Amino acid sequence: MTTSDQASGISTTMRDGTRGLLGKARTYGILAVILILVIFNFFRIWNTISNTATFVESGTVQQEYIRSLNQALNVNLTQVATIVIVGVGMTLVIATGGIDLSVGAIMAIAGQIAPLIFLGSIGQRFGMGVTNTLAIIVPLIVSSAVGLFNGFMVTQLRFQPIIATLVVYIGGRGIAQVLTNGYLQVFRNPGFQYLALGRPLGIPTQVYIMFAVVILADLLVRRTSFGQYVLSIGGNERAARLAGVPVNRVKTAVYVISGFLCGIAGLIVVAINSASDANLNGLNIELDAIAAVAVGGTPLSGGIATIWGTLLGALFIQLARFTLISIGVPYEFALVVNAAIILTAVYLQRQRSS
Amino acid sequence: MAVTQANSTPKQGIRGFMSANLFQNQGVLVFVVLIVVFLAGSIIFGSTFYSGYNITTMLVFNSMFAFISLGMTFVIITGGIDLSVSSVAVLTSMLAAWFSRFGLLPAIFVPVIVGTLIGLFNGWTISKLGILPFIATLVTFMAARGLALIMPKIFGIYLANLFPNVSWSWVDYVADYSIVIDRSQNFQAIIGNFLGLPIPVWLILIAYTLGAVLLQYTRFGRVTLAIGGNEEAARLMGLPVTVTKTLVYAMSGALAGLAGVILASRSGTALPTEAVGWELQAISAVVVGGTLLTGGKGSVVSTLIGVLLLGLIFNLLNFINVGGFSLTVYWQAVVRGAFLFIVVLLQSSWLRRNR
Repeated sequence: MTTSDQASGISTTMRDGTRGLLGKARTYGILAVILILVIFNFFRIWNTISNTATFVESGTVQQEYIRSLNQALNVNLTQVATIVIVGVGMTLVIATGGIDLSVGAIMAIAGQIAPLIFLGSIGQRFGMGVTNTLAIIVPLIVSSAVGLFNGFMVTQLRFQPIIATLVVYIGGRGIAQVLTNGYLQVFRNPGFQYLALGRPLGIPTQVYIMFAVVILADLLVRRTSFGQYVLSIGGNERAARLAGVPVNRVKTAVYVISGFLCGIAGLIVVAINSASDANLNGLNIELDAIAAVAVGGTPLSGGIATIWGTLLGALFIQLARFTLISIGVPYEFALVVNAAIILTAVYLQRQRSS
Repeated sequence: MAVTQANSTPKQGIRGFMSANLFQNQGVLVFVVLIVVFLAGSIIFGSTFYSGYNITTMLVFNSMFAFISLGMTFVIITGGIDLSVSSVAVLTSMLAAWFSRFGLLPAIFVPVIVGTLIGLFNGWTISKLGILPFIATLVTFMAARGLALIMPKIFGIYLANLFPNVSWSWVDYVADYSIVIDRSQNFQAIIGNFLGLPIPVWLILIAYTLGAVLLQYTRFGRVTLAIGGNEEAARLMGLPVTVTKTLVYAMSGALAGLAGVILASRSGTALPTEAVGWELQAISAVVVGGTLLTGGKGSVVSTLIGVLLLGLIFNLLNFINVGGFSLTVYWQAVVRGAFLFIVVLLQSSWLRRNR
């Protein structure tokens, strides 16, 4: 009993760091920039619409404006959803002082298994409802199992996290490709694809999933002893161990959560594309996710987890990219500008935190 | 008896030197594995495997990884990481292809200089701005890839629009997404033979010898090791930490530039989509060689052995053909991951036993 009290004592001080004035200033800084980008886009879209549609009466111009805004909103939220879902798992892993390079490979595995289920013989034997449930549950179990393997390597075999997840990064995508010998699986399955193409209340399903993941993870970090354990391990693993934190179990759990969330992201990507492509599913997403985490104010050294910060970081990167491309900057050059923006954001974060 | 006594102090005597400094203990082990794998391959697959053609091709192909891994070894010894090497290599391969029409020297030096500059930038953001190596080099990873993608447009369209009166014969060499090297300038001579061995192999031997000497016998190398051991302590001792770290990243960039030159010269056409995942390949080679990612320890020669072992094993995989079943690239990725797993597993249990 006393040991767990001590453990929560350690982590409470760390948690206060994220909720204190500095943490607020950091979050509001990004929030302000996101707001500026949003307002800029409001005006930009209005400008384009009113310039191109001067010959139409004003009522339809407004309708057109609202339609364009809605479209822009949906495009941004849709594109950011998978990065945020993966980024939340990454935030937890990074908070323990680790890193997860395997996220893209796990996405590819999950995305490859789902069509195998509903296109294969199981799909013909059972009804569509059962098959689709299986096509969602089985990949999630498998991806959690891969996460478990990551956790096993990190905690039991004592691999450095970057090496352990590098093993899965290299081998995992290979496994995904071997499942279908590298071929695409093209399909049309409205039930399964509701995951991405469904529009409850006009908003894509994956946006709901994204917010659910963010809210749950935020509660997990802030309101549960598990969350405090995560932060205390990242803050000082040895002290956490001495204070009686079940370090190995918590670290393993964090990699399992990351794997599970990657599974969700992989399924969403497959559902959007109506095809599973093991070569491209989740390629380089680990870099986007890590950038989002870093811009969001979670230091890569661990001990702090700002889940909402990761959401804001991902939104910021996405909005910056969207704005650059929509004002006519070529995609390739947008990559360069985006890199500069991330560097500046991380530098400013560092300035404020020190 | 007297000889063994003389060798008992670790820093003196040739045997202590070999095991402790040059190879590190794991390097010797990996070297033995390398020999065994080579002999096994030669016995199983016969002359098609150990033919000069196969070995030469393999060495030239792996020379690119060897250059990158050399820079990566130094970076990792300081406790950092350089993710940008693959993008730097692809950007410099585009530059090498384009500058190949101005002769051999610009085609080699411009890419190497650009690589060095990107490395200097990495070093500056890491040591001066205090940004973590992972993020700092991730940023140049993105930016350099973006520049590589836009390179054909810059040389093909922007320059031609800027100087419409000049006749640009080289525009023909620039397609939408690639730059073809100028074969009339004999650029591909740099992967040709010299004294019986391909030039990249000579370059590797020179680079690794210099690297080993640099790490073991110079002040620079000592400071590099000290930074990885304990950066704060090194700074307090008055060692030039900032300068050394910057130079280490610059060196990594320059070597990635050299790899880019060889890449362009090997393929004849520089594509911005090449060299994906090279940074991870280099990290694997460094890890297989026994250099710890925590920094402070490491050996240059072990890294070369790591590169050769990885290269040899993946070369062998191409030969496997049992009853019509050959390993596809996808299976090779699985084997690659499993292999890295086994090596790291052996390394960690071996380290624990020897502690």
